Order: sequence, then structure tokens, then C-alpha cells
Amino acid sequence: MTAALSGEEIAHRIADKFPDSVIIADEMSVVIHSRSLYQVAEFLKNTPGLDFDYLTNLAAVDYLDYFEVVYHLVSLKHNHSLVLKTRCYDRDKPVVPSVVSLWRAADFQEREAYDLMGIVFQGHPNLKRLLLWEGFVGHPLRRDYL
Amino acid sequence: MAIRTEPFILNVGPQHPSTHGVFRLRVTLDGEVVVDVEPVVGYLHRGIEKLAEGRTYTQNIPFTDRLDYLASMTNNFAYVLAVEKLAQIEVPERAEYLRIIMAEMMRIASHLMAIGFFLNDLGAMMTPVLYMWREREKLLDLFEMVCGQRLTYNYMRIGGVSQDIPEEFLPALKKFVAEMPTFIDEYEWLLSQNEILLARTKGVGILPRDVAINIAASGPVLRASGVKWDIRKADPYSIYDRFDFEVPVGNVGDCYDRYWVRMQEMRQSVRILEQALEQLPGGEVYAKVPQLLRPPAGEVYGHIEAPKGELGFYLVSDNSIAPYRFHIRPPTLINLTALKDMVIGWKVADLIVTFGSMDVCLGEIDR
Repeated sequence: MTAALSGEEIAHRIADKFPDSVIIADEMSVVIHSRSLYQVAEFLKNTPGLDFDYLTNLAAVDYLDYFEVVYHLVSLKHNHSLVLKTRCYDRDKPVVPSVVSLWRAADFQEREAYDLMGIVFQGHPNLKRLLLWEGFVGHPLRRDYL
Repeated sequence: MAIRTEPFILNVGPQHPSTHGVFRLRVTLDGEVVVDVEPVVGYLHRGIEKLAEGRTYTQNIPFTDRLDYLASMTNNFAYVLAVEKLAQIEVPERAEYLRIIMAEMMRIASHLMAIGFFLNDLGAMMTPVLYMWREREKLLDLFEMVCGQRLTYNYMRIGGVSQDIPEEFLPALKKFVAEMPTFIDEYEWLLSQNEILLARTKGVGILPRDVAINIAASGPVLRASGVKWDIRKADPYSIYDRFDFEVPVGNVGDCYDRYWVRMQEMRQSVRILEQALEQLPGGEVYAKVPQLLRPPAGEVYGHIEAPKGELGFYLVSDNSIAPYRFHIRPPTLINLTALKDMVIGWKVADLIVTFGSMDVCLGEIDR
């Protein structure tokens, strides 16, 4: 069984290393500020004992007040998992650092989130629409898109 | 005078027999050698994730049939499992067994299709496909017996399955299970040591182990690269922990290993089917679930080992009748990330073979 690591415990370890990076944490997940996302992701990937080498799923959710980007991380080595989240509050230009240089699995998934939700992943090598055509206006998965 | 050369851009698809659907590969060539490749997808985009936000949890089940339409049962399965996890619904024992039986039958049918068309891409025009279809047809007949459909089944429900199996189903499935190992032997006898197949696939389109993990490849593509990772074993869902089966693993990660892993997985699926048929209990097949389901506010990520890889559903509920967010993790889209690594430096003919060995399904990539 893949052991789901406690978000609170991981949040403590993250906060020790990067103060002021955690927004909120519970048993299920850790939410961190987008400004420290890349450093935290790097820490989770490269720390022995955590070794999150496998980014299973990346999803973006529109909560109207803010956008949430959700990363489902798994370590194939230790068979444990973690849900990492980040938020961006600017509706006009939501920016989140890209994690493609850590996990290439994020390549198409970040492009998809950009395409359908309009989140800009800074540092993505080829950020353009994935499913919709180039001239398309708007981001259909936003809750206020009609 | 020196001969001037320049790279040549070739569009493979969107309408091309080897693209397995409406899919475009923008290939840059230097002579016959591939220098760069860029998959262009989205021709089949129907906006399922957006549509699902306006429908109830039950109404969304038919949408999942239309993702990977060669493995509709497993798509149903992944979605209902995620909703059940979210709403904490217990499923009757018999329904659990029926689901496993359907999922493993579906795995065999999907792998038959994958191997058949892989050989088609190699140039063995239609003959292997028809051998594979001989058995796939029997499976489709069985599915038709159960739910009246041959492609989009819509058989699973939140809390069980739509109906119990008919009387004639079990004898027919038992006959199939008894015969199938002989048919797999026949395929292996025809193919596995075939000189042309070996020459065209051994050492071609290698996906190294560390790249496979980094791009989050899953399913046979990951396992062919030597990673022993099968969600049925690593994170057992439903009742998979009750069955005894092996996880076949390749060692090089070339096209041959991907072919071989699929072939062996069919044998393991037959083993699971044998055990499930032996243990199949009686009783109800559908739990009492409210017609209009309102799962508690929260979120869930449910994933299963679909024939093509890890199929996941990320659902967010706001305690209303429709999901607030309905996200699909399509295995073959993410596997495609690796295509570039696998084909650069190879010739166009090898590009077609490597792409065929990945077993993509455009219904799932474009959603």
C-alpha cells in the first residue's frame, strides 16, 4: 500500500528549511506559497528519505478567490505519496514557477493547465496551448468562463 | 560546388494510418534521420472535464467510456472507485469480483489490440491484427452478454455494477480462460522469435529507466524500462490484494520489451481471471446508493492500473450533486513526453514502430 505521508509532518520539515513558505497544512496535504514552490519541490525530490522522484499528477483548480495547483507526488523508492499544493491569487495573471526541470512529467500537464486554466508556469521551456488551437481566446476550465 | 542541405519538416498525420487516431507528429528530418519531433494533440478535444462539472456524478460515468475507448471498463472502474472513495461507499463483495473480472478481460482485449496494431506498424499488414481480433471478438461477445454493448459499456455504477451477469456468461468465460493460454502460446510461437520482429524492435526506441521515472511513464512503458511498479501491487485497490500474480518487467526498455511485457501481462490477467472465477461469491451487485449523490466537501485522487498505465481521477466536491472539479490523468498523454527521447537519431520507419509500441489512444489524450 502506498503510504500517504502526513502533510503536517512534512510541513514542519519544510518550515524548518524554508521559513514562511507554508500557508496551511493538514493530514492530507501541504499548501505552500508559490514564491517558494521550486525550492520546496527540489527539497522534496532530493532529500534522502523523502525521494519524491515521480510526479504522478498535476491539476489546477479554480476556487474563484484563488487558483490552486495540485501536485501528486510519489516516491517509487519508498512507496509513499504526498499532495503538494500552491496558490495564486492574481486572477489576471496567475504565475507559478514551473517544475519541468525537476520532473519532466510536468511538461504536458503544465501546458494543459496553462491552456485550460490560464496559469502561467514561469520557466517552462515551451509554454503554449496543448489541446486548444493557437488563436483560441480564454481559458475554458475557469469557473467564470461561459 | 558544395551540396547545400537543410532540415525537412514532415507532418505525420493528423490523418495517417499509423497515428492510431487524429494525432499529428511534427517531425524534423535530416535525410531519413529524425532530428526533432513534436506531438501535436487536441483534434479530438471534447472538453469532458468542463462538461462533467455540469452533470451529476452518475451522469459522468458514460463520459469515462469515451476516454480510452479500447478499455472502457477500466475507465468506468477508475472513476467509480474515485467517487466511492470520496463518498465512502462500500461495494458488495460480488460486485468487487465482477469488476475485477471485467477489468482483467479488458486488459487482455486492450493488449491484444496494442500488439496487433504494433505489428501492423511494423509492416505485418493486418494478419497479426486478425489473429488478435479472433480472441478480442470473444471478449467483446462476453461484454455484450453482460451489458449489451461492445465498445462503450457504461457497466459500472457508483456502489456496484448495473446488473448481474447472465446465466450463460460464466460457462463462456470459463471456456475462454481455459483456451486463452494456448492462444497466447500461438502468438508467441508466431511472433516472439520472429526474425523480422527481432531485427526491427530489439534495441530500437530505448527508454532508459531514469528517464521513464522522471517523465512519470506508467503501465507497460514504465515496466519495460525495468521499473517494477504496478499499482495493483504497489497500492492495491478494490480486492487486488487477494490474487496471486506476477508483474512482468523488461530490462532494456526497447520496443521489444514493451511488446514482451504486454504479452506476459495477458498471461497474468488470465491467472487473475482463473482465481476470480473460483472465488466469485453470490449476493447483491449494487449497494444502496442515493439517486442523487452528494459526496461530502473534499477532494480525492483515485488511480488504477489501466491497460495503458496509471489512470487517475482527481475530483473536488463542494457537497453538491455535480463535481466542482473533474480532472483526468491520462496515462498515454504523459507517456508521450518520452517520445522525443526515444526517437531522435532513429529513422522514420523506427519512429513509426516506437510510436506504435507506446500504445496511445487519442480519446484519452485529447479528452
